[in-house]
Amino acid sequence: MKAFTYERAASPAEAAAAATRRPGAKFVAGGTNLLDLMKLEIETPVHLIDVNGLGLDKIEPTAEGGLRIGALVRNTDLAADERVRRDYGVLSRALMAGASGQLRNMATTGGNLLQRTRCPYFYDTNQPCNKRVPGSGCGAIDGFNRQHAILGVSEACIATHPSDMAVALRVLDATVETIRADGERRTIPIADFHRLPGDTPHIETVLRPGELITAVTLPPPVGGTQLYHKVRDRSSYAFALVSVAAIVQSDGSGRVALGGVAHKPWRVEAAEAELPHGAAAVAKKLLEGAKPTQENAFKLKLVERTLAAVLAEAKGARL
Amino acid sequence: MSLNGAPPMQPPETHDLSRRDFLVLGTSTVASAAVTSDMPAQEAPAAASTQDAAAPATAKASFQVNGMPCDLELDTRTTLLDALREHLHLTGSKKGCDQGQCGACTVIVNGRRINSCLTLAVMQQGSEVTTIEGLGTPEDMHPLQSAFVKCDGYQCGYCTAGQICSAVAMLDEIKAGIPSHVTEDLTQAPQLTPPELRERMSGNLCRCGAYSNIFDAINEVAGGQA
Repeated sequence: MKAFTYERAASPAEAAAAATRRPGAKFVAGGTNLLDLMKLEIETPVHLIDVNGLGLDKIEPTAEGGLRIGALVRNTDLAADERVRRDYGVLSRALMAGASGQLRNMATTGGNLLQRTRCPYFYDTNQPCNKRVPGSGCGAIDGFNRQHAILGVSEACIATHPSDMAVALRVLDATVETIRADGERRTIPIADFHRLPGDTPHIETVLRPGELITAVTLPPPVGGTQLYHKVRDRSSYAFALVSVAAIVQSDGSGRVALGGVAHKPWRVEAAEAELPHGAAAVAKKLLEGAKPTQENAFKLKLVERTLAAVLAEAKGARL
Repeated sequence: MSLNGAPPMQPPETHDLSRRDFLVLGTSTVASAAVTSDMPAQEAPAAASTQDAAAPATAKASFQVNGMPCDLELDTRTTLLDALREHLHLTGSKKGCDQGQCGACTVIVNGRRINSCLTLAVMQQGSEVTTIEGLGTPEDMHPLQSAFVKCDGYQCGYCTAGQICSAVAMLDEIKAGIPSHVTEDLTQAPQLTPPELRERMSGNLCRCGAYSNIFDAINEVAGGQA
């Protein structure tokens, strides 16, 4: 690990200012992904700003009837919150489908959104990777890419975003609140938060340097049957091959988003109009423009079948 | 003369030096040689306190371990696991993968199980850390330690401290009503069923494959309802 200096920030604005002052500085919250990458010298911050003491660890009701989740709320606490379990079940389900008990106790809401891909070519510093070293090429495109993306891919990168939580937030239309060094706050819809790789896969979100996530806000509950199905190589503690977050209403309408298939949670609102017509019709719209590799083409069928399982379970729950 | 200008290491007077003591001695000698061969010894602390990121930086870390206050001045890169093992000589917590996958380093911090390899010691300011050494002693074992002995919940034993720390906190998580991936009804309190125990222990790997006995030990302490 490269050496770094360390400070504990006293307020969100001060943290953002400190990050702007020191090029190469990074925020650390749970640290579960950042420290892992620092050990491999994939991340080499010169300065760490610990944001754990900023008081951003509360879940509060909003005036609109939703919930405002502090960026430092741990994944365990968010999944266990009674309001989340009752009104936003898909979020609780998605969180519990991710990582291990130990990691969920450390990992934060903001950090979960900012975790980096687990593409093995990104992790292997002997391999080319446009995300790790821009312009060096992509080892995955002609390599072992069974786990990789089938949607929104580019010539530069076919990595997936590993978060389960983000897929649920996408189907819930969450927004991300941030603060910058000058004290300016902004709200970013989750749909716009993560970027597709294009020719700059190393830039993964729309956050500006030094911009700090302070909260994630959920709109008022929309009811319905809320499900999260995750298909993976083992039944626990593994990243998704394909996951489906769904909210299905009693009339059969609803929302669906996919994980494990793209550089960001994948939701196509036009596909949701097909929900009453079944999984095949929805999958066809969701997968428009898909560019699978020979090794991960199975994900096309897996998306449809996982959708079918989710819709069947939602139907069963309504009976 | 040794590399760092220190007097040659004296041979131990007795021959009962343990393998671990030997390794620790060897590591510290190499480390001090690495630092002092690059720079005069008196300059090392000054370099550490500057903003130069290339130089190792140190910071204070104060927390409690098994009820004992610990005040350390550490290289900022030191993980909690390395602080426990290398600085406080609590070697019960094990370094397996050092990347949060195996759970051998699991300790309980402020009542919650975490991977001590994935947090920095300086981030644990004010924390209360419990390691396997703080759960019980050979004379007065924690019920889960006794159950692991009774049920033969190990083979090589490398994962055991992490398994036990994890299981202790995991049972508390069920008591606190925290749901899991296999909890069917999110609005109800989770139950002590075999799928619940297994799912919740998935962050602790056992290369020997002693899982069935590990499960028996945990289940016995959980009250055997599972």
